[in-house]
Amino acid sequence: MSPFSIAALVKKPISLLLFLCIISIPAPQVMAEEIPGNNLLDDAWKTLSSKNYNNKAKALETIARQNPPQALAVMKAMLEGQLYYSKHNKALYFLQETGEHYTFSPVFYGEQISQKNRRGFKKVKVNNRLRSTIRQLLAVIQLKHKDADIRLAAAQELLKNPDLSASHLIEKAAKNETDSRVITTMRTLLAVIQIENGNETEQRSAIETLSQSLNSSAMNALRNYQAPTEALKNAALSAIKKINDKRDLYAKAETVFFGLSLGSVLALSAIGLAITFGVMGVINMAHGELMMIGAYTTYVVQLLMPNNIGASILVAIPAAFIVSGLVGVAIERSVIRHLYGRPLETLLATFGVSLVLQQMVRTIFSPLNRSVETPEWMSGAWQINEVLALTWNRLYIILFCLAVFAALIMVMKKTTLGLQVRAVSQNRTMARAMGVRSTWVDALTFGLGSGIAGLAGVALSLLTNVGPNLGQAYIIDSFMVVVFGGVGNLWGTLVAGMSLGVINKLIEPWAGAVLAKILVLIFIILFIQKRPKGLFPQRGRAAED
Amino acid sequence: MLLMNILKNDRPGVWLLATLLVVSIVVPVLNLLVAESSIFHLSTYTVTLLGKYLTYALLALAADLVWGYLGILTLGHAAFFALGGYAMGMYLMRQIGERGVYGDPVLPDFMVFLNWQELPWFWFGFDQFWFAALMVMVVPGILAYVFGYLAFRSRVTGVYLSIITQAMTYALMLAFFRNEMGFGGNNGLTDFKDILGFDLRADSTRIALFLASAAALAIGYVLSRIIVSSRLGLASVAIRDAESRSRFCGYRVENIKLWVFVFSAIMAGVAGALYVPQVGIINPGEFSPLNSIELLIWVAIGGRGTLYGAVIGAMLVNYSKTYFTAALPEMWLYALGALFILVTLYLPKGIVGLRNMRREKT
Repeated sequence: MSPFSIAALVKKPISLLLFLCIISIPAPQVMAEEIPGNNLLDDAWKTLSSKNYNNKAKALETIARQNPPQALAVMKAMLEGQLYYSKHNKALYFLQETGEHYTFSPVFYGEQISQKNRRGFKKVKVNNRLRSTIRQLLAVIQLKHKDADIRLAAAQELLKNPDLSASHLIEKAAKNETDSRVITTMRTLLAVIQIENGNETEQRSAIETLSQSLNSSAMNALRNYQAPTEALKNAALSAIKKINDKRDLYAKAETVFFGLSLGSVLALSAIGLAITFGVMGVINMAHGELMMIGAYTTYVVQLLMPNNIGASILVAIPAAFIVSGLVGVAIERSVIRHLYGRPLETLLATFGVSLVLQQMVRTIFSPLNRSVETPEWMSGAWQINEVLALTWNRLYIILFCLAVFAALIMVMKKTTLGLQVRAVSQNRTMARAMGVRSTWVDALTFGLGSGIAGLAGVALSLLTNVGPNLGQAYIIDSFMVVVFGGVGNLWGTLVAGMSLGVINKLIEPWAGAVLAKILVLIFIILFIQKRPKGLFPQRGRAAED
Repeated sequence: MLLMNILKNDRPGVWLLATLLVVSIVVPVLNLLVAESSIFHLSTYTVTLLGKYLTYALLALAADLVWGYLGILTLGHAAFFALGGYAMGMYLMRQIGERGVYGDPVLPDFMVFLNWQELPWFWFGFDQFWFAALMVMVVPGILAYVFGYLAFRSRVTGVYLSIITQAMTYALMLAFFRNEMGFGGNNGLTDFKDILGFDLRADSTRIALFLASAAALAIGYVLSRIIVSSRLGLASVAIRDAESRSRFCGYRVENIKLWVFVFSAIMAGVAGALYVPQVGIINPGEFSPLNSIELLIWVAIGGRGTLYGAVIGAMLVNYSKTYFTAALPEMWLYALGALFILVTLYLPKGIVGLRNMRREKT
C-alpha cells in the first residue's frame, strides 16, 4: 500500500479516511537500536525484513550460528507466518491473533500494540525453500534443547534433509548426548552425511551404521550411494538387503498385530455367544442387538459426563454389562425359557426380538449414527521403532478382550454359578435332582452372556459409529467364530477369533478387504465340512446331540 | 386324471389351485376389460403387487419343502432366489441393447461406466431367452448341489448347517456388492426395457407375468405335492424326525437330502426370475441374510410342513408388510418382530395348525 499519491486519495474519500486512520495509530517509538550482540547479528536481524530470500537465508544461518535467545522464537514465528515488521522503522514484531484483535509484541524494542487490523505492519515473507532452511536451522538449534524428545524430533527433522554444513554441529551434539534414541538417530544422520562426503573408510563405517537403521532416509542414502569400489558396492547392497529383511519382518509383525486386534473384536463379540449358544445351546440372534445396547450405553454415559470423556469409558464398562445383562435376563424370562430344546424355533423368536430392539433404538435415538468420542489416553500410538508403531486403542482392545476372557474363565471355573452352569448344561435333570435351581441358572447364564455382549459393544463403540445396524454387522461373524472354534468351548472361541482375525489381515493386502472377508467365509464353510464340530469339538457325553 | 390322483387327499391343495385358477381369470378381466373409472377396476400396480406376492409364495413353498419336510432350517434360501433373479436380470440387461444411457450395443451401461472394453465370459449367451431361462434353474441348482453335497456328505446338521447357509448368502452378498464381479455392484441390474420383445411397462405384459407367476406357483405346488407324497417325501420326513435311524434303516440320507434341496433351490431360482421383471430391479440387497430369515417367518406363520401353509403365510405377511410400511412405517419392524416371537411361542404350527387344533378339540 506504500506507493500512493495524495491526489488519488483525495479523489476517493474512503481511502482518505483509511489513510487518516493509519496515521492516527500511535506509531512505535523510534529509539536507538539496542540489539544485543555484534554487528554481524545486527545486520542479520535487519536483513529479515528485506525482500531477497537468498539474503534472508544467509541471515538466518548467521543467527542460528550465534544462537541468540530470540532465535528460536523468531524462526518459529517465521514458519507460522507470524513474524511482522513495522513499516515505520522495520522493527520486528510477533503477531498474536485473539478473536478480532491483533496484538503485535516487539521482538527487541518498542511497545506492545493491540489493534483491530494489521495496518502499519508487514509480514516477513517466507517461501518454501526458506521454510525448509528454517526447519533445518531450528533442528540444529534444538539439538541442544534440554528435553530429549525435542532433541530426538530435531535429529529426525535433520535426517529428512541432511546437510554437510551441519555435520560438525551434529558431531559435537552427539558427543554430549546421553539419550540412546537420540544418539542412534544422530549416528544415522552422520552416516548419511559421510556416505556421500567421506573417504573410503568413513564410507565403509557409514554403510555399517546405516545397515542397522530402519529410517527411510538411511535407505535412500544407501540406494543413491555411488560406490567407488566393488567391495563397497557389495557392502551397500547387502546392507540394503539386511534393512529390507528387517522391514519385512516388522511389517509382518504389524499385520499380525492388526490381525490380533481384529481378532480381539471378533472374539469379544463371540465370547458372549459362546456362553449363550455354546453352553446353553440357545441360538441368540439378538446377540448383535445386545452389543448395540452396550454401545448405546457408552454413548449415553458419555452424554451424561461430557467433561470426563476419559473416565466415561471406565464407567461405561460396568454400565453396559449391567444394562445388556438385564435386557438379556428379560429376553430369557419372557421368550427363550419357553423354547428350550427347540434351537431352530429359538433362532426365529430371538430374531424377532432383535427386530424389536433395533426398531426401539431407532425410535429412541433416531436412525442416525451416533459417535462415541475416543478418550485421549486411548489415542496415539506406541512407537516401537521407525517402522513399527502400535496404536494404543488397538492395543487396549486386545488387552480388554483378554481381560474379559480371563474373567469369564474365572467365573466359569471358580464360582458356584460357574459350577452350576456347567452342571445344568451337561445334564439338566441330574443337576435339578442335586438341588440346582436350573431356571435361575438359565436366567443368570443368559444374563452373563448378554452382559459380555454389552462389553463387546463398549469396545465396538470406540471403533465404529454407533447405530441401529451395529449388531447386524457382527452377528454373522460372531456365529462363524463360535462354530469355527467349536460350540461349547470358550478357549476354542478365543483361538478361533484370533486366528480368523489374523487370517483376514494376512489375506487383505493382496485380495482387498471385501474379498478377504468372502474368502474367510468360504474357508469356514469348507472347514465345517471337514470338521463339523469346529476346531475343538466337545468330547464325551456332552458331544451327544 | 393324474392330477386328481395326486390331490386326492389334499383338499386344501385343491382349494389353493382352484383359487389360483379363479384369480388368474378374474384379475386380467378386472384389469383389462373393466373400465378404469369403475370401482371394480384393478390397477396395474395392484396386478404387479399380486404377481410379486405369487413369486414370494413360490419361494416360501421352496423353503417349506426343505424346512418343513427335510428339517433343514435354511438361512440362505433367498440366495437361490436372488441368483435366479440375476440370471433373468442379465437377460433383461442384454435386451436393452442400444437404448441404454451410453448406447453401447453390447455392453450394459454399468460396464461402459466402469470402462470395460468387452463382455465378461459369463455374460455370453444371456441375449438368448432360452439360455437365460436354463440358467435361472441351472445356477441355483448347481450352487445347491455343490453346497449340499459338501454339507450333507460330511453330516453337517442342525444349527451348524443353518449358520453356514447364512454364511453362504452373506458371502454372496459381499461378492455381488463388488463392482469387479461384473454384476452391476451396489446398484445391481435395473432400467429394463422389454422381455421377449414385449414392453415391460405395458399392461398386457404385466398381466402375462402375473399369469406366469400363478402358473409357476401352481406347477411348483403340484410338483412339491408329488414329491412329498412319494417315497422320497416319506423318506425325507423320516430323516427330519430321526436322521440316524433312517440312515441305519438303509436310506441314503445324503442323497435324499441333496435332491430335495436342489429341487427346492431351483424352485426358488424360478421364483426370483419371475420376480425381477415385475419389480424391475435386482440388487445385492436381495442376498441379505435378513431376507432369508424373513421368508422363514412366512412359512412359520402359514404353518410349516403343509406346503399350502407356506403359500398362505407368504401372501398374508407380504400383504400386511405392504400395508404397514405405507401406513405406519415405524411400526412394521415392531409388528414383524412381534410376529416372530408370538408365532414361535404360541402358534408352532402356524395359521393352518389353528384349524386343526380346533378340530382336535371338538
